[in-house]
Amino acid sequence: MNITEKILAKASGKKVVHPGEIIDANLDMVMIHDLTGPLAVEAFKKIGTPKVWDSKKVVVILDHQVPAESVKAAELHKTMREFAKTQNLKIYDVGRGGICHQVMPEQGHVKPGDVIIGADSHTCTYGAFGAFATGVGSTEAAAAMATGKIWFKVPSTIKIEVKGKFKKYITPKDLILNIIGTLSVDGAIYKAAEFAGPTIKAMTTAGRMTLCNMAVEFGAKNGIIAPDETTTEFLAGRIDKMPDTKALQSDKDAQYERTVEFDVAKLEPQIACPSSVDNVKPVSEIGDVPIEQAFIGSCTNGRLEDLRIAAQVMKGKKVKDGVRALVIPASQEVWKQANDEGLLQLFTEAGAIVCGSACGPCLGGHIGLLAAGESCVATSNRNFIGRMGSTQAKVYLASPATVAASAIAGKIVSAAEVKA
Amino acid sequence: MESKIRAKAAVLGNNIDTDVILPGKYLILVDPYDLAQHALAGLDEHFVDKAKGGIIIVGGKNFGCGSSREQAPLALKYSGVKCVIAESFARIFYRNSINIGLPVIECKGIHDAVKEGDELAVDLEAGKVQNLTTKNTFEATKLPPSIMEILTDGGLIENLRKRMNKK
Ligand code: SF4
Repeated sequence: MNITEKILAKASGKKVVHPGEIIDANLDMVMIHDLTGPLAVEAFKKIGTPKVWDSKKVVVILDHQVPAESVKAAELHKTMREFAKTQNLKIYDVGRGGICHQVMPEQGHVKPGDVIIGADSHTCTYGAFGAFATGVGSTEAAAAMATGKIWFKVPSTIKIEVKGKFKKYITPKDLILNIIGTLSVDGAIYKAAEFAGPTIKAMTTAGRMTLCNMAVEFGAKNGIIAPDETTTEFLAGRIDKMPDTKALQSDKDAQYERTVEFDVAKLEPQIACPSSVDNVKPVSEIGDVPIEQAFIGSCTNGRLEDLRIAAQVMKGKKVKDGVRALVIPASQEVWKQANDEGLLQLFTEAGAIVCGSACGPCLGGHIGLLAAGESCVATSNRNFIGRMGSTQAKVYLASPATVAASAIAGKIVSAAEVKA
Repeated sequence: MESKIRAKAAVLGNNIDTDVILPGKYLILVDPYDLAQHALAGLDEHFVDKAKGGIIIVGGKNFGCGSSREQAPLALKYSGVKCVIAESFARIFYRNSINIGLPVIECKGIHDAVKEGDELAVDLEAGKVQNLTTKNTFEATKLPPSIMEILTDGGLIENLRKRMNKK
């Protein structure tokens, strides 16, 4: 079996499972946030069970509309706080956590081999730690909170084998954009995407999270990477006991629907143009695209190593007049580390604004929205029509290095161009 | 919920994402009828008027891709959408729709065979879609009994309540 099948077999009490089989899986963790949580709470109340199945296994994170941008949002937050209190759940309130997908692994709620659902599509991020993790809707999250179980169809798996060493300023974000451009937005619909090969082995936890985070953008049910020493190192001190990672490696004779190979040695900076995540081109091919906003942050690329590379590009330079540059560390922990390293100071001096850890403009619900006719280059994961505000605005997706460089140049350029 | 549905078709394209079905700024709305006022706001301002009184959406590939927001199928359901037929669905949208009692059915070849305003008849249980205007019939993927049961009960919550009471 491959790693996804092994996890699902164990969670459903079976020796083996096969793609297409419908199983009932026991859950290790359920996550809800401030936008999907209120509907889940309402549905949970309708079920009529007084208590969640296990209060240690449900986590509430306020991250989308925080701090509350309207009275309506404030009321939803209040609902979530009250629910967490009566159910005795861990809640990461304003200033205590950050973006859900960063907080979950950082605070030790993710272990290799776990089955995790979250009422958010980017829950697939936790596959970076060798967990089976996928997004669900509010009603399903409510049912899961009541029962601790969920049904899944065992997915067939696409193996994505990656080799080669990244050139300077080329990052895992460029790789995943390239993968999505190649496979298209429905390339892995209903399937698992397993990332493997020497490049993945050598990749940091942050980079692996960027890959798994965007698995849903090419339709995958989950993205997954076999846990190894890098995983163990990151989770040390965050979880009680590291599970045996040997049992979570895909077998030599594991079955895959197909294997797709990528070599990053020659990879150029990539960009997803409006308004589809698979509309991907090398930055060098898009011509002159002036921007009004540059956004560095989100659960895709708001981690310390993302901020470091952006800072490296911006060092000693100024954000171009007429451009708003927003920097949003993915969590309080990242914020503190970035602050200690002087990165936030550097961004501020360059003319960027550093905001509190939250989703920010990523989903167009809170700060940093776009007006009609404006363009933004962002490190986030979606560029659909209307995603960041006006339906007449344009969103381009790129790596932190490219976004930082573009903020300096006032138009979309690669880091190499700014640093030359 | 009825297993047989009849209404006029509204034809949409491939990869219709949840950001156009319900833009993020409306996610703080809670009442499904308020959500319904903004159904497909990212794509077609007049959709809500069109859907009133009942409509069947015909989509292309990967319908409902993007976020896990259940508010997207909720907005469609309460705006008057009786069923969504598509070449394929994004998985979270598919599960969400079933869970809130909005019938969704996969039917290969349907997208090119239906024009805006055609009269359609869907039989969920039999897995059949008929275009009454052109008099063509299509085989759709039959919904398995467990999913039919959730739909008949009106959604996952009602279904779960029934099952839990039995225990
Ligand atoms: S940062 Fe963006 S993609 Fe990530 S959870 Fe927040 S809104 Fe969703």
